Amino acid sequence: MVEQLTFNQWVAGSIPAGLTIIFIYNNDLWAKNTIPMPLTLPRKTIAEKILSAKSDGDARAGDVVVCTLDHLMATDGSMPMTIDYFERMGGSEIANPERIVVALDHYSPAPNRQTATLHDQIRAFSGPRNITVYNVGDGIGHQLALETGRALPGSLIIGADSHTVTCGGLNAFATGVGSSDLAAAMISGEIWLRVPETIHVTLSGTLKDKVHTKDVALTLVGKLGADGAAYQALEFDGPAVPGMTIDDRALLANLSVEMGAKCGIFPADEVTFSYLEGRSADRGEPTGADSDANYSRHVTLDLSSITPQIAMPHRVDNVVPITEAGDVPIHMVYIGTCAGGRTSDLHEALEILRTGAGIAPGTQAIFTPASRGILKEVSSDGSLAEFIGMGGIVQSAGCGSCCGTCGAIPGDGVNVISTANRNFKGRMGNANSFIYLASPASCAAAALHGRITDPRSIAQ
Amino acid sequence: MSEISIKGRARILGDDINTDYIISSRRKRDSLDPQVLRDYLLEAVDPEFAASVEPGDLLVAGKNFGCGSAMEVAVTVVLGAGIHAVLANSFSRTYFRNAINNGLLPVVCNTGQIEEGDALSIRLGAQFDVRNETKDQNLTADPLSPIVRSIVMAGGLVPCFREHGGFPTL
Repeated sequence: MVEQLTFNQWVAGSIPAGLTIIFIYNNDLWAKNTIPMPLTLPRKTIAEKILSAKSDGDARAGDVVVCTLDHLMATDGSMPMTIDYFERMGGSEIANPERIVVALDHYSPAPNRQTATLHDQIRAFSGPRNITVYNVGDGIGHQLALETGRALPGSLIIGADSHTVTCGGLNAFATGVGSSDLAAAMISGEIWLRVPETIHVTLSGTLKDKVHTKDVALTLVGKLGADGAAYQALEFDGPAVPGMTIDDRALLANLSVEMGAKCGIFPADEVTFSYLEGRSADRGEPTGADSDANYSRHVTLDLSSITPQIAMPHRVDNVVPITEAGDVPIHMVYIGTCAGGRTSDLHEALEILRTGAGIAPGTQAIFTPASRGILKEVSSDGSLAEFIGMGGIVQSAGCGSCCGTCGAIPGDGVNVISTANRNFKGRMGNANSFIYLASPASCAAAALHGRITDPRSIAQ
Repeated sequence: MSEISIKGRARILGDDINTDYIISSRRKRDSLDPQVLRDYLLEAVDPEFAASVEPGDLLVAGKNFGCGSAMEVAVTVVLGAGIHAVLANSFSRTYFRNAINNGLLPVVCNTGQIEEGDALSIRLGAQFDVRNETKDQNLTADPLSPIVRSIVMAGGLVPCFREHGGFPTL
C-alpha cells in the first residue's frame, strides 16, 4: 500500500511500527527506512480503551474508528428530526431497538399543540419498532439512563442531546450527537468517532462547608474556558474521587460539554457498583486508565481551596467568586435540570432556606426534579412539602425551564439564579432576562435574601 | 461530486456563537421548518440579522462556532436561509458533525482578517482553497479527514446512506 504521509504525521509518531517508509526528495529515492517496533506501546486513557473495545481494534487519540453502540438516546427535542433523517436515509429495520430510548423531556408537559403533536409522532414511530419511550413526567433521558442501569461502566453511549455526557459519571463513554448521526446509528448500530485526546483532571482534598461540586465544575469551566476541552475527553481522577457520590460525578461529567469536551469520564469504583446495585445485574466493563497513559494536559484542583463560584450572564465560562458578583437583586431562583435537579440539590437548598424565613417576598423559587424517581424521593422524605410550604413552586420532572421549551419563562429585566448548566442570552426563553449559574446553596441563599448572597454568610 | 465551489459575501460573527443564538430552543416549540425558523436566525445576537441575509451569504465566525446544544435545526436553519458554508477559527464538535451531515460546509481557517461584506470563494476539490477576493488573500483551510471528506462529497449523510447503505468505506 502506498500512502502519502505528512511531515507532521511523521513527527507526531502516528506512523505505525513495522511500516517501511520510502523518502522521496526531488523525485529521487532519498532514503528507505523501516519504523522499528517499539518495545512497549504507549499506554491508554479510559477513552482510548473504551473505543478500542467498541471498535475491536487499537484506538489511539487522533484515529477515526467505527464503533458498535451499547445505548442510544433521543429526546422529544431531537427525535422528530431523527425520524425524518431515518426515513430519508431509506431506513427500515432498526438495529438493536432494545438499546434505544426516547425521553419526552424537553416538552414535559407539552406547552402547545405543535409539541403535543411531536409526542404523538414519536409514539407512533417508536411503539411498533419496540423502542422504549419514557413518558412526559418520567424525567430527563440521561438522568434516566443512570437510574435505570442503562449507562454501564465501559459502555459506549450516544444521545441526540449534548448533555448525554452526564453518563460519564458511571464510567461510560457518552457523547452528544445530532439527529442525523442518531438516525444513522439507529440503522447501522454504529457511529464513526475520532478518538479524542484526554485532559487528566486530578481532584484532591475535601470541599469546605456550603461549597458544592457545582462550584468545582464552575471553577473548572472558568479555568479551561468554553472551548478549553474542545474535541477532547476529560478524565476525572485523584484522591477526592472515591468520596464523590454519583450525583457529584454526573454533575462534573455534565458540565464537561460546557468546555467543548466530547465526554467526561470517571473511573468505576465501589461507589459506582453500589449505585448499580438493584438497577442493573450487569456490571458492564469497568475501565480504568493505564498508569502511564498519554494525556494532552494535566489539571489539578484542590477541593479544599475552592470557594462558591458564579457564572455571570451570558457565558458559562464568565465565572467569578460569588463575593465578586456585586449587589444583584434576584427575581427568580431555579433549582432543576440535569445539572442541579437531583434530591441532593434540593436537600442542600433546603438546608440554607430553613435557616431563615424561607423564600424572600417578590422572589419566585422553582424546583424541577430531573426525574420521577427524584420527585418520589423528595416527596417521601418530606423535602417537597417543606419547599412548597416555604412558597416554592414545583414543575413536572424533565428539562423544565432550562432552555425555554416548557415551564416558567422569566420576564423582561428579570435576574435568574439557577443550578443549570447554560446561561446564554435567551436560553430560558427570554433574551431580555439575565441568568446566573451557581450551586444549590448559592441559589437558596439568593432565595432567602432576594439578592445574590455568599452561602457561607448564612448562619446555621 | 468531485468538486464543491461556493462564493458569497462574508457576514461577520464573534466567538463562541452557541446554537441557542443561531436559533432559540424556544422557537422549536412552534416549528422545525427551516423556512419558518430562518426568520429568527441569530436573533439573540442581532434581531435585524435574519432580514438582512441574502441567499449565498457566508457566515464568518471566530472560535468555537456552534457550541452548546447539539440541536440540528441550528444547521438546517442556516441552510434554510440560503447559506452554504460557515468559516470559523474553530467549531464545536457537534455543530461540525451536523454541518457535514447536512451538506453545510464548515471551513476551519483563520478568519481574523475577513471583514463584513468581503467577497469569499471556497473550492473543495483535490485541494481545499479559500480566498478572500476583496482583499486578494489566500486563506489556509484545515484539511478534512477522509471520512468527513467522503460525507461532504456525497452531499451529506442522507445521500451517503442512500448510496452506500451505511458510512462510506475508507
